[in-house]
Amino acid sequence: MHFAFTDEQAMIAETVRGFFAESATSQATRAAMAADGLDRATWAALGSELGLAGIAIPEAHGGAGLGMVEFAILAEAAGAQVAALPLLGLAMAGRALERGGTAEQQAEWLPQLASGAVIAAVAGADSVTEADGGLTGSFAFVPHGALADVFILGAGDRAWLVRAGAPGLTVTSHTTMDQTRPYATLALAGTPAARLADGSAALAGAREAGWICLAAEALGGAQAALDRTVAYARERVQFGRPIGSFQAYKHRLADMMIEIEQARSAVYWAACALDEGSDEAALALHAAKCFAADTFFMCAGNMIQLHGGIGFTWEHDAHLYFKRARAIQTMLGSGEWHREAVAKMILGEAA
Amino acid sequence: MRLGFTPEEELFRAECADWLNGQMAGEFRDIRGITKLTAAPERRKEWEQRLGEARWSCIGWPEQWGGRGASLAQQVIFAEEYARAGVPGRVNHIGIELAGPTILTFGTDEQKRRFLPDIAAGKTIFCQGFSEPNAGSDLASVRTKGRLEGGQWVVNGQKIWTSLAHISDWIFVVTRTEEGSQGPKGLTFLMMPLDQPGIEVRGITQINGDAEFNETFFTDATCPADSLIGAVGDGWRIAMGLLAFERGVSTLGQQMGFRNELDEIIAAARANGAAKNPLIRQRIAQAEIGLRLMRYGALRMLSNTDHSKIDGAALTYKIQWATWRRNLGELAMDVLGQAGELTEGADYEWGVLPNLFLYSRADTIYGGTNQIQRNLIAERGLGMPREPRGQA
Repeated sequence: MHFAFTDEQAMIAETVRGFFAESATSQATRAAMAADGLDRATWAALGSELGLAGIAIPEAHGGAGLGMVEFAILAEAAGAQVAALPLLGLAMAGRALERGGTAEQQAEWLPQLASGAVIAAVAGADSVTEADGGLTGSFAFVPHGALADVFILGAGDRAWLVRAGAPGLTVTSHTTMDQTRPYATLALAGTPAARLADGSAALAGAREAGWICLAAEALGGAQAALDRTVAYARERVQFGRPIGSFQAYKHRLADMMIEIEQARSAVYWAACALDEGSDEAALALHAAKCFAADTFFMCAGNMIQLHGGIGFTWEHDAHLYFKRARAIQTMLGSGEWHREAVAKMILGEAA
Repeated sequence: MRLGFTPEEELFRAECADWLNGQMAGEFRDIRGITKLTAAPERRKEWEQRLGEARWSCIGWPEQWGGRGASLAQQVIFAEEYARAGVPGRVNHIGIELAGPTILTFGTDEQKRRFLPDIAAGKTIFCQGFSEPNAGSDLASVRTKGRLEGGQWVVNGQKIWTSLAHISDWIFVVTRTEEGSQGPKGLTFLMMPLDQPGIEVRGITQINGDAEFNETFFTDATCPADSLIGAVGDGWRIAMGLLAFERGVSTLGQQMGFRNELDEIIAAARANGAAKNPLIRQRIAQAEIGLRLMRYGALRMLSNTDHSKIDGAALTYKIQWATWRRNLGELAMDVLGQAGELTEGADYEWGVLPNLFLYSRADTIYGGTNQIQRNLIAERGLGMPREPRGQA
């Protein structure tokens, strides 16, 4: 038992923090927001120069072969910058293919995911129809869906791989509150779709990786919201004192730190439990997703409030955090849904 | 980063569980499951001694002083198995977790020989004399006076909230030994035997009807000249060093007590149908999540070896568990409904859950109130300006 980063993990953390801070600047993110929601330079550098897009993809498929802890370290650092990157699709598709893809699908797509050469998106639908290798149905709220080269789509315990540009596939992008991760809607009409070998394993893997990705992003975002507010509290003077000297202000900062420390435990507990195959992993994932998301929203809201008027402007980055936090709260299950999942584990069904 | 335990550690877990369960099924079965700190004090002193005989009293201490030099993982395991076996809390908690480590760190060899074996053996029960009526959150304004006279310390003043002083043998006292000094300067850390004419202990009845805390009065109370830890005037540094030990492995044992309380709530909710209420389900899930995060926060804090930086998990731990437990008490009453407002018998004696509800109001006060904790977090953790100090 040693619940702290190894030297290697600490080194990765330092590297990725530096990388995102330098590359995914506010300027780069805002340029992406004004366009299609992708910071192409950062994405390219992550895949090629840094070679870390495949951090959690097996070595046999061109990745670094590390685990969810290392992926969480990466996602935390990206989240700290609200980087406009399709990390969620990368995490989810990578895990889905690894867990449930056919050997051919793995061989074709995992190396391309690991190098950052392709963008992936994952989505689910309540019901679809499948006939003659063609899929018909619609998939809403697909993150970075308009940019994806490949989709992993799920319904029930079946999963399919669909290529962008496939016949009968219509992708409609939406103007989205969080412009760093715009949603798209997919409409499929008899679109060629290749079944994954084990749909339920693929979708379970995708969900696990997705929850870790979002929770880690939320952790990074929450910490950044606190750090930036702390910096402002030092420099902003009112009534002849730095505003950080007022107890009402200090106590809100303290409340942010209290939640963030718990969120940090939650994210790395869940990631590590998943890597170790612990029987706590399921509970840990639900806990991490809802706790980190709520923490991020609380911190981002406080970031606006504690900055006063400037925090409400488009010019200030506070709204990037606030909108990202709001989006994360709902994606892949609301807080209520995750808590009910935990309640079921300890209390059984409600009715 | 690794959460699992090795096969050797799992063997150690089985050894702990076997011994503890054997004791709780045998000679000490009468104290199994006691949660109240004041219940059955004589039997629990005997339990302290049994732990000492079997070298389970303070396994993290060096072997030389009655411990086992146990690894962190082993200490974690023992704390977990201790609570899992339904063993009541340690009446010598203060001796094992605070006085002992303080003497180990700051004491002379002679003091180590004099105190540590007896603390480990459960023969010396310690209590803590820090707070005073006018020095609560503002601990540095203590007024209890100590002076050296005729080769011994003579102490006059009053301490308060001295938990379990009425069943303890020794007390450590922060005294003002420099005439006219203020704040953290001029304080000295003394260890005094309680059984003497100059010390009077009076119980304070709390809101739950129990009397765990005391007022302790010192009227020309004495102790030998060499009873001080550190140097004269060094008391603040020693006291702060002692408080840092409070965030040690014992927090994990405390958490297992919380586990038992939450399990009682879950059982009550199942029994009376509250477990079907979606809002109660959300709150129980939240409590469960909070408890797990407390465990992993504690493991982070214990695994941390880089002491050059402020440890956020450690700094936020007190307010985290205190607030969690206060919420748990409120959840308990919401689950119980009005049934929670009736005692089982005629006496003003409460079962585990109503007692939790009442007692947990103290959690957010003692050991630094939630308000003081937020100041500390903002100042030490986030570098915000300190609160202005008034003139004494």
